Amino acid sequence: MNDPALILRDVRKRFSNGDKEILALDGVSIEVKPGSVTGLIGPDGAGKTTLMRLCCGLLQLDGGALEVLGMDAANEPAAVQAVIGYMPQRFGLYEDLSVQENLDLYADLQGVPLSAREARYARLMQMTGLAPFTRRLAGKLSGGMKQKLGLACALVRPPALLLLDEPTVGVDPVSRRELWQIVYSQVQEAGMSVLLSTAYLDEAERCDEVVLLHQGKVLGQAPPAAFSQEMQGRTWEVSSERVPVRRLQTTLARQPGIIDAIINGDRVHIITAPDFPPEAINLLPDTADLQIRAVPPRFEDAFIDRLGDTEDAIQATPEIRQVEKRETGGQPIEVENLERHFGSFIAVKKISFSVKQGEIFGLLGANGAGKTTTFRMLCGLLPVSSGKVSVAGHDLRSASARARGRIGYMAQKFSLYGNLTVTQNLRFFSAAYNLHGQAQKQRIHWALEGFELEPYADTNAGTLPLGYKQRLAFAAALMHEPEILFLDEPTSGVDPLARREFWARTNALAEAGVTVLVTTHFMEEADYCDHLVIMAEGTVLAAGTPHEIRAMARTLDHPEPSMEDAFITLIQQQEGGK
Amino acid sequence: MKTQRAARAMRFKGMIHKEWLQILRDPSSIAIAFLMPVVLLFLFGYGVSLDARSIPIGFVIDQPDSNSASFRASFDHSGFFAPRSFGSIQEAQQALAERRIDGIIWLRSNFSSSLLSGEDAPIAVRVNAVDANQARITQGYIQGAWLAWMNQYAARHGRDLPMPIALEQRVWFNAALISRHYLVPGLVAIIMTLTGSLLTAMVVAREWERGTMEALMVTPLNMQEMLIGKLIPYFLLGMGGMLFTVALAVWQFEVPFRGSFLALLGASALFMLVALALGLLISIVSKNQFVAGQIAIIVTFLPAFILSGFIFDIHSMPQAIQVVTLAVPARYLVSILQSLFLAGDVWPVYWANMGAMAILLVMLTVVVRKKAYKRLD
Repeated sequence: MNDPALILRDVRKRFSNGDKEILALDGVSIEVKPGSVTGLIGPDGAGKTTLMRLCCGLLQLDGGALEVLGMDAANEPAAVQAVIGYMPQRFGLYEDLSVQENLDLYADLQGVPLSAREARYARLMQMTGLAPFTRRLAGKLSGGMKQKLGLACALVRPPALLLLDEPTVGVDPVSRRELWQIVYSQVQEAGMSVLLSTAYLDEAERCDEVVLLHQGKVLGQAPPAAFSQEMQGRTWEVSSERVPVRRLQTTLARQPGIIDAIINGDRVHIITAPDFPPEAINLLPDTADLQIRAVPPRFEDAFIDRLGDTEDAIQATPEIRQVEKRETGGQPIEVENLERHFGSFIAVKKISFSVKQGEIFGLLGANGAGKTTTFRMLCGLLPVSSGKVSVAGHDLRSASARARGRIGYMAQKFSLYGNLTVTQNLRFFSAAYNLHGQAQKQRIHWALEGFELEPYADTNAGTLPLGYKQRLAFAAALMHEPEILFLDEPTSGVDPLARREFWARTNALAEAGVTVLVTTHFMEEADYCDHLVIMAEGTVLAAGTPHEIRAMARTLDHPEPSMEDAFITLIQQQEGGK
Repeated sequence: MKTQRAARAMRFKGMIHKEWLQILRDPSSIAIAFLMPVVLLFLFGYGVSLDARSIPIGFVIDQPDSNSASFRASFDHSGFFAPRSFGSIQEAQQALAERRIDGIIWLRSNFSSSLLSGEDAPIAVRVNAVDANQARITQGYIQGAWLAWMNQYAARHGRDLPMPIALEQRVWFNAALISRHYLVPGLVAIIMTLTGSLLTAMVVAREWERGTMEALMVTPLNMQEMLIGKLIPYFLLGMGGMLFTVALAVWQFEVPFRGSFLALLGASALFMLVALALGLLISIVSKNQFVAGQIAIIVTFLPAFILSGFIFDIHSMPQAIQVVTLAVPARYLVSILQSLFLAGDVWPVYWANMGAMAILLVMLTVVVRKKAYKRLD
C-alpha cells in the first residue's frame, strides 16, 4: 500500500457569484502519502474547504483529475464516501442529541456492526476523554469537546482516509493538543492517511508533510522542515535592554532588508533578505545595546517569505492624531466584579481589570471562554447581570451619543455593507458619527489614502479581497477619531501578512495615545499587548504583562515558554487545584 | 446482497431514530402537529362563522297597518334578523351609513293598496354592500323572507301568488346551514399542510444551515435513503395530527362524518406525500430556515387557506384564479374532506381528486429527484 491515498492533478474549480466568476482552485496538483498526516495550510479564502469538498465528491470538478484511494471521486462519489471519514468545518453535530446518540447515528450510517461497537466506542471515549459525558447533549459541550466528538463521529468506523477541515480553529490550546494526539494515534494504530486543513501556521510543524495553498494555487508541498530549511541563516532574534520590544519591532519592520519582524516574547523575531548580513542591523540608529542571535527558522518564516513574493507587503498605516492625555477621572476602562448569566449558565464570573490610556489590552481565550460576552458588556450591547463597567467614565448602556462618539468598535464579523462601495461605506459610518461637510470629506480622504484603499474606492465592499475588507472595517471604526477602540477577534481567519499589518496599525494607534481593547484566540498575539487577561470558562485565569504571564510557566527544563505553553500550564494548575 | 440489505436497514433505522429523538426534543414540532389543530379548531369552531344570524336590519313603514305589521312580525320571528324600526327613511339611511344596520326595508305608503289590488307588494330594499359577500347573503335572506310572507298571505286570502314561479328552497347536506360543518373538514387540510410542508421545509433546511447535511452526505447513506428516512417520522406526525383533528371535530364539535374511514385515511396519506414532497423541494431550493419558512407559508400555507375552497368558493373566483387553484394540492383534499364529512363516500368526486393529487405527487417527485443530489454545487 504505497500508492498515494489522494492524488490531485491540475484540479480546477470555479464558482460564479452573480456575473463574477471566482477561480477557487487554479490548477492544484498534490499527493497525500499513505499512513501520514498532510497539512493543508493557507489563510481564509485560499480554497482549503473547496479542495476538501472536492475530495469527498461533494462538488464537481471543472477540470483536472482527482483520485481518492485509487477511485475517481467525480465518477464514483458513493464508493469514495463509503471509505473516507470527513469532518466539515462547522461540524454539524446534532446539538439536540446526546454524545452517545450522535455516535450511534454515525455508527448506523457507517454500517458499524453491533458486535464491534462496544470496543470501538470505548476506544473513542478513552481517546477523547468524553466517557463521563456520554449522556450529555452535544449542544451543552464546550467548544473543544464538541470538536473531539465530531472527530470521534468521523472515526467511528476507521476510515482509510480521514479529511479534517480546520478541526482546531477557535479551539483552546489544550483541546488542540488532544485533537492532534487523537489524529496521530489513529495514523499509528490503523495506518490511516490524513489530510487536515488549518489556518494556524504553528500546526504545520506537527504534520509529516505540508501543502501551502494561497489564492487557489499551491505554493509548495514538502515536509515542514524542508520549508524551514530554505530559510537557514536568515532568521534572528533581536533584543534590547533599553528599547521597549514593541517599538523595536516597529522600527525594525521599516528597515530595508528586513522582510519580516514580529514580537516573540521579549524579543523581536526577524527575517532578513538573503543577501543581507545581520551585522548590518547594528546600523540601526540609537540602539547601541542591540543583541542579535541566530535562531533556527520556523515554518511561519518560510510561509511569510513565500507569500511576500506574491503579495504587495507594504503596511498601510495612516497618520493618527495624538490623543490628549486625560487628566481627570479614572482609567479609560474599568471592570469590577463583572458577571453575566444566561439562564442558569454563567458566561462570565466576577472578573475585574482596568486598562490604562494608550495601552493595548488583550482578552485572550478559546471560543466559549467568555471573551465576546465580556466585550459586549463593555460596549453596552449586553446588560450586565452584576458588577460594574465603566468606559471613559460611562456605562455605555446608558451613555449619551456623545460619550459613545468617543468609542470606536470593530465587530468580529465583517460588519460593513457588502453592496455599498468603499466610499459609500465610509460616508455612511462617518455620518453615523455626526461627521459632515468638509470634515467628512477630509476623513474619507484620510481613510482612502492612509489605508491605501484608493484603487478600490468604487468597488463594492463585499467583493474586496479579505485583507482590504479588514482595512476598510478598521478605517470605518476610526472615522470619528475615537479615544478608545474595541476590536473583537480582528485577526480571526486573516492571513499572516494581514495580521502583521493589523498589529502594526494597532501599535501606531497606541503610540498616539488611543486605548485599545482587543480579543483574540491566537495565543502568540498576546505578546503585542501591554497587558492582558487570559480567560477560561468565564473566569480570569491569569492577568499581567505578557512577560509576567509567561514567567508563571517558567521551569528549569522549559526556560522560555511560549504564551501557549503558559496557557496550558495555567489550565493544568487550575484543574489540579480543583 | 444480504449484508447490503442489512446495512441499508441499519442506516434507515439510524435516520428514523435520530429524527424521532429530534421531534421529541423540539417542542415546536409537537406544537405544530397537536397544539395548532386545537387552536385552529377552537378558532374556527367557535370564533369564525360565515352564517347569517341576527342581521341588524332597519324597518321604515310609511303607513303602519295590519299588513305591514304582519310582514314585520315575520322578520322578527325568523331568527336571521334583528329588525329595528325607524321613523323616516332619512334616519334609517343615517344608521346604515354608520353601520349600525346592514340593510333597510322600506314599506312605502302604497304597500297595502298594491297588495289588496292583487298586484305585487313592492318593498324597497337597501343593503350596505361594503362587504359584497355579506350584502349578497343579506339580500338573499330578505328576498327569502319576503317570498315566504307573500306565500303565506296568498294562502290566507285564497289567492294565487302573482308570480310566475313559486320558489321552493331546500338545503341539502348541511341542512342547518352551520358553516362550522364545512370549515372544520377543511381545517384538516390546513393542519396537514403545516406539518407536511412548513415543518418539513424548515427541518430539512436546518440540516443545511447547521452543516449536518454536509456530514451526512459523506456517509454511505444515499440521498433517497436520507430523504425517506427523514420523511417517515414527519409523515407519521402529520397523520397523527390529522387523526387528532378529525377526532376533535367529530366528538368535540359534533361535525357529522358520513364517509368511510378508509377513504379518509387514503386521501390524507396521499395528500401528506404531496405536502412532504413540496416541503422537501422548498428546503432544497432555499437551504436556509428563514427563507424556507417564508416560501412554505407563501407557496403552501396561504394557498391552502385561500385558494383551496376551504373558506372561499373556488367557482366564484375569477377564471384565471380558478386555473391557479389547480396547482394547489389542498383544494383536492378539501373537496374530498367536505364530501366525506357532509355527504358520504361520493366516489366520482373522491377518485377525481385522488387522481389530481397523484399527478401532482408524480410531478413533484420527479423535480425533487432531479434537485436532490449528494453535492453542494
